[in-house]
Amino acid sequence: MSDDSKLIRMASQMAQFFASQPDRPAAEAVAAHINDSWTPRMRQAFVDQIRAGVQADPVVRDAAGFVRLPAG
Amino acid sequence: MKDFIIPDRDMGTPAVKSDVAVNLLVDGISVSVPAGTSVMRAAAVAGISVPRLCATDHLEAFGSCRLCVVQIDGMRGLPASCTTPVAEGMVVRTQTDEVAQVRKGVMELYISDHPLDCLTCAANGDCELQDMAGAVGLREVRYEPGANHFARRDAEGPNPEYRPKDQSNPYFTFDPAKCIVCSRCVRACEEVQGTFALTIEGRGFDSRVSAGMESDSFLSSDCVSCGACVQVCPTATLIENSVIQIGTPEHIVKTTCAYCGVGCSFDAHMRGEEVVRMVPSKDGKANHGHSCVKGRFAWGYATHRERQTQPMVRERITNPWRVVTWDEALDFAATRLRQAQADFGRDSIGVITSSRCTNEETYLVQKLARAVFGNNNTDTCARVCHSPTGYGLKTTFGTSAGTHDFDSVDDTDLALVIGANPTDAHPVFGSRMRKRLREGAGLIALDPREIDLLKTPHMGESLHLPLRPGTNVAVLTALAHVIVSERLYDEAFIRSRCDWDEFLAYAEFLLDPRHAPEAVETLARVPAELIRKAARAYAAAPRASIYYGLGVTEHSQGSTTVMAIANLAMMTGNIGKPGTGVNPLRGQNNVQGSCDMGSFPHEYPGYRHVSDPETRAIYERAWGVELSPEPGLRIPNMFDEALAGRFRGLYCQGEDIVQSDPDTRHVTAALAAMDIVIVQDLFLNETSNYAHVFLPGSSFLEKDGTFTNAERRINMVRRAMTPKNGYEDWQVTQLLANRMGAAWSYTHPREIMAEIAMTTPSFAGVSYDLLEREGSVQWPCNGQAPLGTPVMHIDGFVRGKGRFVHTEYIATEERTGARFPLLLTTGRILSQYNVGAQTRRTGNSVWHPEDILEIHPSDAENRGVRDGDLVRLASRAGETTLRAHITERVAPGVVYTTFHHPTTQANVVTTDNSDWATNCPEFKVTAVQVSPSNGPSEWQEEYRHHSDLARRILPTAAE
Ligand code: SF4
Ligand code: SF4
Ligand code: SF4
Ligand code: FES
Repeated sequence: MSDDSKLIRMASQMAQFFASQPDRPAAEAVAAHINDSWTPRMRQAFVDQIRAGVQADPVVRDAAGFVRLPAG
Repeated sequence: MKDFIIPDRDMGTPAVKSDVAVNLLVDGISVSVPAGTSVMRAAAVAGISVPRLCATDHLEAFGSCRLCVVQIDGMRGLPASCTTPVAEGMVVRTQTDEVAQVRKGVMELYISDHPLDCLTCAANGDCELQDMAGAVGLREVRYEPGANHFARRDAEGPNPEYRPKDQSNPYFTFDPAKCIVCSRCVRACEEVQGTFALTIEGRGFDSRVSAGMESDSFLSSDCVSCGACVQVCPTATLIENSVIQIGTPEHIVKTTCAYCGVGCSFDAHMRGEEVVRMVPSKDGKANHGHSCVKGRFAWGYATHRERQTQPMVRERITNPWRVVTWDEALDFAATRLRQAQADFGRDSIGVITSSRCTNEETYLVQKLARAVFGNNNTDTCARVCHSPTGYGLKTTFGTSAGTHDFDSVDDTDLALVIGANPTDAHPVFGSRMRKRLREGAGLIALDPREIDLLKTPHMGESLHLPLRPGTNVAVLTALAHVIVSERLYDEAFIRSRCDWDEFLAYAEFLLDPRHAPEAVETLARVPAELIRKAARAYAAAPRASIYYGLGVTEHSQGSTTVMAIANLAMMTGNIGKPGTGVNPLRGQNNVQGSCDMGSFPHEYPGYRHVSDPETRAIYERAWGVELSPEPGLRIPNMFDEALAGRFRGLYCQGEDIVQSDPDTRHVTAALAAMDIVIVQDLFLNETSNYAHVFLPGSSFLEKDGTFTNAERRINMVRRAMTPKNGYEDWQVTQLLANRMGAAWSYTHPREIMAEIAMTTPSFAGVSYDLLEREGSVQWPCNGQAPLGTPVMHIDGFVRGKGRFVHTEYIATEERTGARFPLLLTTGRILSQYNVGAQTRRTGNSVWHPEDILEIHPSDAENRGVRDGDLVRLASRAGETTLRAHITERVAPGVVYTTFHHPTTQANVVTTDNSDWATNCPEFKVTAVQVSPSNGPSEWQEEYRHHSDLARRILPTAAE
């Protein structure tokens, strides 16, 4: 339960909300919310999982592209 | 003449609001008062106290004692000054021979039925009857001893009129022998508290005060022990037990209640360093002289024998505690924290600030993380209650706070109360709302449970929408659907204050049939017609207000719900004027303040994001260190990281996260995985069972500082006694920071507030000097609003245009099914507070000795559960046992409990689901099963065992 699968779950919850908003692409909004509230390590772990092909909502998958990663 | 009037002086009758001034002459002194003022009050304004017994400015005039008679030119007889309104040009004489004669006669009658044991009476020196006897010059009582209420017996045997003392209430005593039947107590219970627990029974000589039925005592009656009757009683009939034990106070320290978000002001009546009683301040702007049982009476925990006053450490959490010096404890803590950072990186440690501590203390704790640890790993227990309020209101309006002050409720025509139970959780505000409801304002309650507010005596119209837990967004969106489809919105307001096109987009979203009440009916189990009726009522009220609580925020869609609420207020124009607005009722006393003070991992004080270079520059300059631009860990993330071995150390001030956070097993496993857990608190608690260092804390009576209540009001907390642990909490944080290399040198919290004001625009004008002068101020307080801001968004939203966010209902992942067919929702009750660490250690436990599970009769019957049975409550996360109470207050399919007692551990069953935006845990919805049980669950047994072991303290002599 301590693993990073929670991150995908949290991102999916955000995706459900932002998908219902009219003003901007949901993936970008999810990524912006993640950038605002997750630590660099959580963001890295999230992107790593998406890159590794973990099952996720398309919005969540697209969001990974907009997530800011720690330098280096 | 006003100058020499002490603000707290009793003016006899309440102040009246009027634009018309009336001039009159009282004993040759000319005064000008608002029309409608009583002659008695006008005299008081002129500096003249007219003798009185039944009148007090806490209550409407009653006119029963006739002690206050005066002579008024042109009026026949001697009118009672308390019930006679002033008139232009009136000439009043408060002392003439005739007046004096009548008053003496009145007093003589009173005294003839009153025991004359003044010297040993608890009210000696503080008795209005005594004062009045003196004031009217009573020198003899000419009546023969006869029928009376005070003598236990006479020559012929027991006195049939005598009634013994009622000592059933743990905090005050009722001694009928001393009662003068002025009925102040009865009126206070009705007018101020709104409980109607007392009545005057009988007539004339036979009349007496009674709590409910003949057989009722104060404890068994409806009395909620608010103390309003005790405060107004002119004699020793109703008096605090602490005054009986200690004697009269000799000085007063003004301070603020440390329990709930109402933030009542109190006068601590002291004798030396001992509290004699706490009396709600009449000039308190949040409470206007009222209070509840917690603030008024439940302060004894500060001197409870279980209070820890010495620092303790231990190598391992399985060892017993070792009492050590402050030096040793702080060195131990600092070394381990630095070691964790050396081994696992800068981000491996963090802090949890308290929503019970002062603003200054919270500010220092988050500063410790940011400036000394070098990361942003700071979070607050406000996370678990109101973080969605911050996110939701900032997104829609532009500020993370409620819009109005409490006084605004006096102007409301309809209150929509959502997921809140003010009469229990915010009692003083609950009383004020009840008063408004009695004056005819409407009430709509959106709550799975039938809250007490719905049973307000003598109230007007009310509607109860008993929605299924977890369907707030669906129901609120359906309300908006009705308002839009029936064109009940306020177009002018929307056009000028919001973006019209954005509203049209939202309207189109709302008009979809899936948001219609008929579609929501099955899901939320609220009849469509009821939803329509509620929407129409809310939209039609000239001034409608919304008050909400944890039943809104503690959901997976908590933030969306807050935004749905904001939308409703905006589309009906219910923003910016008195009697309207969106008002969160905060749980703990300083939830608002701890959020304001930058407790969150992504925000500096004043809600500025850590990635904002300008804000960072301000703090880098002020603190002289480089600061991290990256958000830190939230509490649930800290636990996840701890279990993954990456988060190793925690400094937790004044919170009991094991008991207050969801999914207890997850929390305890995470704590057990850390190298260093530091708990700073008054008592050993559930969290300290997993701690390596215990730093004793100070109570609110032992420190200076400020709390910020739910209406953004910054109130002063003042030190009334020396800290028993030796330090105020902010000093302990400073000692720890300095052990870790900081060079902080604050000598008083006022210096910390000065730093807050210097670095935070919304606090720029706040200073202790200003607070001393004004009593309190509401932020924003700065150049534009030098005395603070009672109502926000008056001419425009802080963010510019108000924003309509779409509010799609998304069902929580927590679903009922065959194994867990019921929905559990949680709440609070009046006499206990949060995890109960304080209130359990006071007389309040007589009202709530254990947590109770409320269950509907049909659900109980299906399961063979009888009232009072011990039942097993199980969820996917865990199970516990507690006692069942069968009631129709909850709907079929829903069960309800509180979480005040550690042995119940209701959070063993709550899950780790949380709000999508803020991770505020979903306390209000858990799928559960209930079954008969015959003993504590395995977890409870194991837990108790562990807890006993973890609290061992080595005898000091053995070292
Ligand atoms: S109990 Fe006190 S307040 Fe109540 S009627 Fe008697 S004297 Fe008055
Ligand atoms: S303590 Fe409060 S509720 Fe109880 S009788 Fe007095 S006024 Fe009423
Ligand atoms: S607990 Fe709340 S309502 Fe009660 S006295 Fe304290 S601040 Fe006031
Ligand atoms: S004080 Fe006016 S009648 Fe009692």
